[in-house]
Amino acid sequence: MDTLFQRTLEDLIKGIRLQLIGESAFISKAMDDIRREIKSTDPHIKSTALQKLSYLSAIYGLDMSWASFHVVEVMSSYRFAHKKIGYHAASQSFHEGTSVLLLITNQLRKDLCSTNEFEVSLALECLSRIVTVDLARDLTPEVFTLLSSSKVFVRKKAIGVVLRVFEKYPDAVRMCFKRLVENLESSDPQIAIPVIGVFCEFSSKDPRSYLPLAPEFYKILLDSRNNWVIIKILKIFAKLAPLEPRLAKRIVEPICDHMRRTDAKSLVFECIRTVVTSLSDYESAVKLAVSKARELLVDPDPNLKYLGLQALSFIARKHLWAVLENKEVVIKYLSDADPNIQLESLRLVMAMVSENNVAEISRVLVNYALKADPEFCNEILNSILSTCYRNVYEIIVDFDWYVSLLGEMTRIPNCQRGEEIENQLIDIGMRVKDVRPELVRVGRSLLIDPALLGNPHLHRILCAVAWVSGEFVEFSTNPFELVDALLQPRTSLLPPSIRTVYIQSAFKVLIFCLHSHFLENETTASSYSDTVAWGTSELATEMEWPENPNLATCKAPAFDKQEEGTPRDTNGAPTDLSEFTLKKKNFTEESIVNLLNLIELVLGPLRADHDIEILERAHNILSFAELIKGEIHDDLVQKKEILGTKDVKVSHIIKLMHDAFSKELGPVSVNAQQRVPVPEGLMLSENLDDLKTICGDVQLPSANSFSLGGLHFGVNCDVSPAELLRKEESESSNESSSMLAEHRKRHGLYYLLSEKNEIVKNDYPLANDPELHKNLKDDAEDLVKLTEQSLVLKKRPSQVKPRPVVVKLDDGDVLPISSKRPEPRDDLLSDAVRDVLLGSDNKPSSSRNTPSDMKSGERKGKGKGKFNINHPSEVEENLGDAENPDQENPNTRRSQHRGHNKERRHKSPRNTGEENNQKGKKKGSHRHSRHKTRQRAESPLNVVSQSPVIPDFLL
Amino acid sequence: MIQSVLVMNTQGKPRLAKFYDFQPVEKQQELMRSVFSVLCSRAGSVSSFVDTESIFGPDTRLVYKHYATLYFVVIFDSSENELAMADLIQVFVETLDKCFKNVCELDVVFNYSKIHTVLDEIIFGGQVLETSSTEVMKAIEEISKLETASNAINLVPKSVSGWGTR
Repeated sequence: MDTLFQRTLEDLIKGIRLQLIGESAFISKAMDDIRREIKSTDPHIKSTALQKLSYLSAIYGLDMSWASFHVVEVMSSYRFAHKKIGYHAASQSFHEGTSVLLLITNQLRKDLCSTNEFEVSLALECLSRIVTVDLARDLTPEVFTLLSSSKVFVRKKAIGVVLRVFEKYPDAVRMCFKRLVENLESSDPQIAIPVIGVFCEFSSKDPRSYLPLAPEFYKILLDSRNNWVIIKILKIFAKLAPLEPRLAKRIVEPICDHMRRTDAKSLVFECIRTVVTSLSDYESAVKLAVSKARELLVDPDPNLKYLGLQALSFIARKHLWAVLENKEVVIKYLSDADPNIQLESLRLVMAMVSENNVAEISRVLVNYALKADPEFCNEILNSILSTCYRNVYEIIVDFDWYVSLLGEMTRIPNCQRGEEIENQLIDIGMRVKDVRPELVRVGRSLLIDPALLGNPHLHRILCAVAWVSGEFVEFSTNPFELVDALLQPRTSLLPPSIRTVYIQSAFKVLIFCLHSHFLENETTASSYSDTVAWGTSELATEMEWPENPNLATCKAPAFDKQEEGTPRDTNGAPTDLSEFTLKKKNFTEESIVNLLNLIELVLGPLRADHDIEILERAHNILSFAELIKGEIHDDLVQKKEILGTKDVKVSHIIKLMHDAFSKELGPVSVNAQQRVPVPEGLMLSENLDDLKTICGDVQLPSANSFSLGGLHFGVNCDVSPAELLRKEESESSNESSSMLAEHRKRHGLYYLLSEKNEIVKNDYPLANDPELHKNLKDDAEDLVKLTEQSLVLKKRPSQVKPRPVVVKLDDGDVLPISSKRPEPRDDLLSDAVRDVLLGSDNKPSSSRNTPSDMKSGERKGKGKGKFNINHPSEVEENLGDAENPDQENPNTRRSQHRGHNKERRHKSPRNTGEENNQKGKKKGSHRHSRHKTRQRAESPLNVVSQSPVIPDFLL
Repeated sequence: MIQSVLVMNTQGKPRLAKFYDFQPVEKQQELMRSVFSVLCSRAGSVSSFVDTESIFGPDTRLVYKHYATLYFVVIFDSSENELAMADLIQVFVETLDKCFKNVCELDVVFNYSKIHTVLDEIIFGGQVLETSSTEVMKAIEEISKLETASNAINLVPKSVSGWGTR
């Protein structure tokens, strides 16, 4: 009579709702009961316990995997109520890794053959959730029988389960596919809905295999009156139509009919989606779809509004006019209450952007961003930034405007896109020479605003403008003001990494000022008298120099830096410009000394800073300032008699420093490293596992320390990491060199020959190769000419300025695309389906599940795929191949190259395969897997290519 | 394909959770929590679609409907039509309404297994199986009949044998 005292599920639920001891305590008590009850021999108690357990597991997330054996026991009960509980628990908790799955095959088989349709349904339901390869293989015959069951209730579920069975065990296709197709002809919606659903799933993965069924689908499209079925059929046709133009032609009219006739919004939306994604070449259909989309758009229901916007964004890709027609509505929805609608309309607005209206649209959007909530505001900023950055600022003509827009964005209160703005400011600074004066101007206005320093989201931007101001200081109207801004007290709010950039920039500005000062002195002798006149008076007020015990050591890095500077090329341009700007600035001795005083005053306390980078830089600049001041001081003391010689020394130092800083930094190609040729005779070990033993506990350098690339190269530092490194090296060199020697002795294999190393080093191409640069500049100039022409055509008087040159590095801006391979199992499935559909289904019942057959099937599938399917992934692959390491100017040649490659692939796959293999080797081991699949593609040359046959009576 | 069907109340308590691809229970709980955190931040009169790619991975959409104290949520991929899924929720709720005569949250709480049975008749392994609530009701009635019958049979012989041994 235990049953009387057992809590039922209902008791448990009531108990949980009324408990006084806390939910978790109550549940853990209930779990104790369950653990006891589930071991009972009474099937009723056992099944009730299991029911409670599965409830707790589903709702409260308790583990029930421990009870899987009990689940099997309850499943096998002959009473329907228990069986139902058992099956429910099984479908909820069993998965591939459950060991007791092996035990249930027979139980499932028994129930699948049961005369009680509800028991069959339980088993089917469970099978659809937990099916494994083994279960699918063993139960295929039963499923096959059920596919033609006279009971609709069973048959519809059997159709549903076929989807999962085929996925797990593609050989089942050979047996069951025909029956599945027969069900397509059923007019009963109860059968039609699941069977179309199954085909919809199949064709979304591999549409080509199902082309031969197009006549059947077409019939359903014409005849069916069930919206669920038509929606799914449309989904299938959306996949098939792009593959077969004749088919597209046939289905356009029926789809338009449906669109005109139906009231169901879901069907209208699906029709629109099908037309604009797959039938966008049919003008009249697109027009109809656009008008229907507009109806959705202006509907008061937010769901329809949202979907209308979505429909427009599908259209936008090919028919932008549709969006432009609805421009007002779209812009209006930017201020909708629904964030979905806002986002979607933002996306549409961005789709409308072109180089003619980018300024206008950005203006509108920035105004919206000012009013919007923080999240949407940043969404807006993000989309402006990414749209403008697309293809290296393709749509930007007026960079001065864009840079000031970036400055404006910074001042939007909710702006949190610091990182992106930072990157673009620096990137533009490096790529677009003509915009630098404006950039410095914008930077200045941001730098001198102390309020911005308080907002942590803006620190990255400030970092960028600080760097820009230092790097391009020659364009500044007032460098002294810049130093003031860079050293303002509130900079203490910045994180150390950014503060170092500030200090370094101040250093650069200082050098610039000094250099200009001395240039001025050299050219105009009259300034000397000024200097002297000032000198005496100033001398009195000047304090004693703070004694610096570290002076000697501090000087060392500063000198180091000069040495570092000498080997660099000096670039004429900036000095010319500085001479040009020089005229209007007064770099008097007074202002210089003031500047030096200011630097000492502000940076002096940083000598005791905790951050090593700040410390380093502060010391650099301070010692330099002291050095210079000393020289000037001496001059004054000696009343300029020997000024000549002294001054020469100082100006020499400053010239060196200035030269060091005036070397232009350019953008670095992402693929710069790939262009480094692999040295001859270098053996790349395929398996690097044994490296682990060599490296021991040595930490491998993290990836981002390699990718100095692009933007941050310039930001982080100019010289000092190298300097740091050198310091470290010299300290630990004795110790480490002996260790290194030993290591080399032990693992000689992994070292390059030392003398070879030297030679190879010289061959490395520069990251931003000047030669390459030149070519590209020419290209860019051509481009500029082109845009100029188009501008003339359009006669837009507002754009008088030609687009400045934007430096682009070949492939540097295109990340290599890695193409995805379809899952092999899918290939197996589609292969099987093709076999069946193309009439070769009489052979292979013998091929059931022998592994060699499976393999050959796979191989064949691949081969065929290569032959007649122009898979999109292949195109991508070609793109990858076109990025040849030794190409000089891929930008112009890429498109040619790609076309070429594709052609060859069609003619002789073998050749291409080999070529690719070679390339694969060159590129190194990460392409290994792809290389393997190519080999496979080579083998089936003897397979006759079969293109799917579509009966002509339809087409 | 439909990936999962969730029912939760406006406090975030799950009332029904069905995942058509196996998910470990911890993951299920986590998913339900993140779904709820998205839903509860949405105002009443906005659209019922939510971008959930960050929660459920690429190519997933979520549609929900808010009835009284309950959220009904369906997560699905690009092989389903958004509005059709909203209709499917409607079918589900209608059927429950027929089952319980003016369904309310308590019905859902206390009839855990029946709700599952209803749902299983509408969605099968992630596929839409039946969209007519009358058909579903027919099946549900048959199944309940069978259940009570098997339980009744169960009690009689058991009590008899119980008396006998005593």
